[in-house]
Amino acid sequence: MVDRLNTVLRRMPAWAIYILAPLPVLWIYYLGLTGGLGIDPAKRIEHELGLWSLWLLIAGLAVTPIRRWFGLNLLKFRRAIGVVTFFYLLAHLLTWLVLDVQFQNVWADIVKRWYITVGMLAFVLMLPLALTSNNCSLRRLGPVRWRRLHKMVYPIALLGALHFLLLVKGFQWEPILYALVIAVLLAARLNLQTLRLFRVSTRA
Amino acid sequence: AAGGIAASVPLASRAQDALEPNTWEEITNYCNYYEFGTGKDDPARNAGALTIDPWTVRIDGLVDRPGDYSFADIMSQMTIEERIYRFRCVEAWSMVVPWNGFELADLLNWVGVQSSARYVAFETVLRPEEMPGVASRVLEWPYVEGLRLDEAMHPLTMMATGIYGRDIPKQNGAPLRLVVPWKYGFKSIKSVVRITLTEDEPPASWNIANPREYGFYSNVNPQVDHPRWSQATERRLGGGLFAKRQPTLMFNGYEAEVASLYDGMDLREFF
Repeated sequence: MVDRLNTVLRRMPAWAIYILAPLPVLWIYYLGLTGGLGIDPAKRIEHELGLWSLWLLIAGLAVTPIRRWFGLNLLKFRRAIGVVTFFYLLAHLLTWLVLDVQFQNVWADIVKRWYITVGMLAFVLMLPLALTSNNCSLRRLGPVRWRRLHKMVYPIALLGALHFLLLVKGFQWEPILYALVIAVLLAARLNLQTLRLFRVSTRA
Repeated sequence: AAGGIAASVPLASRAQDALEPNTWEEITNYCNYYEFGTGKDDPARNAGALTIDPWTVRIDGLVDRPGDYSFADIMSQMTIEERIYRFRCVEAWSMVVPWNGFELADLLNWVGVQSSARYVAFETVLRPEEMPGVASRVLEWPYVEGLRLDEAMHPLTMMATGIYGRDIPKQNGAPLRLVVPWKYGFKSIKSVVRITLTEDEPPASWNIANPREYGFYSNVNPQVDHPRWSQATERRLGGGLFAKRQPTLMFNGYEAEVASLYDGMDLREFF
């Protein structure tokens, strides 16, 4: 079953993701323009795009554990997922900037409001990843440095989860759920060896 | 609702001829009523299960005639009028709502407020079997709110029983809710089942949940930001995707009427 899926996936080109990726954005904006998102469309679009960014971050982080746990190989789609994640984050940010706060007090908000600081930091940290998501950069940096740089997606995902946790009113499960999923996906990367090393180094 | 709509023009709306009310659909489909879910459309979807007939309001504490008053009893004594008020949510969106209802002062005077009373406490109905949202502890239930007695007696403060001349829908706080137009929306407690006159400042749900973000007074004030967002401007709902933000007015535009209630108070400290 997994083998057959892997065969199908091997035949699927990664660029298909780039073709499909803008469709949800266009759909969300179409709904917003035609009243399909209720009477506060700017806020809803902003929220929907934020959720998509989180889902995509989770999808990117899930590629390795899925391969290890289920043998399903999605590795060739990971770069496309990452690039698309960046564009959703950008769309989320621009919607906030242009339609929601409308360029008012932007700098004060970034500095003063924790959830905005955290969200903006995640976006800034993602810039070098987006800019180096091409073969040319991979060659220039070399695989070791490139991989080290792209591990930045771990703190970015944590910041994304924190951003959502910080912005809701009252005690709500939804952001906690996302934070837990991201925590599990990151914990999956701590294999026993690094844990053992960590224990040795803390004892020393 | 019983009772006709008197054609009186309240003080506050005379100066606000430009106020254009939101539509019935907008007002009744975009609500914060966490007992029915935290989404804005959850209340409209889930509030249908709420039983509002019969409805009893317990009025107790420092009053001359405490007791359980049926909704019909109350309505038989009150004069219903229309008030078009700005409604400013603490989340920085706003609407304009044509409420029908009566002045809270009329109700309080009817039951007789004792001279030692200084505050009024309110409580929302709590029925877990009819309210799916209370299964989650977003807030401590039941929802409670409070006003200083002079705020409660102010002629702008009303108990709403209708919108656009129709009975107030369940998602908007049927059968009767508080409306305090110069305070953030969460002060305007919905589906009231208890009103208690007290000597001490009563608890308020959002204040309990997060005292740093939600004060007891919660007056609309563009100069005092919510710790997580600015209160200087607001999104007036109903203007579509590209609606421009509007400046938020001091006391939500009712400064002339209510500012004197807070003379000498530091509004940053008592936010």
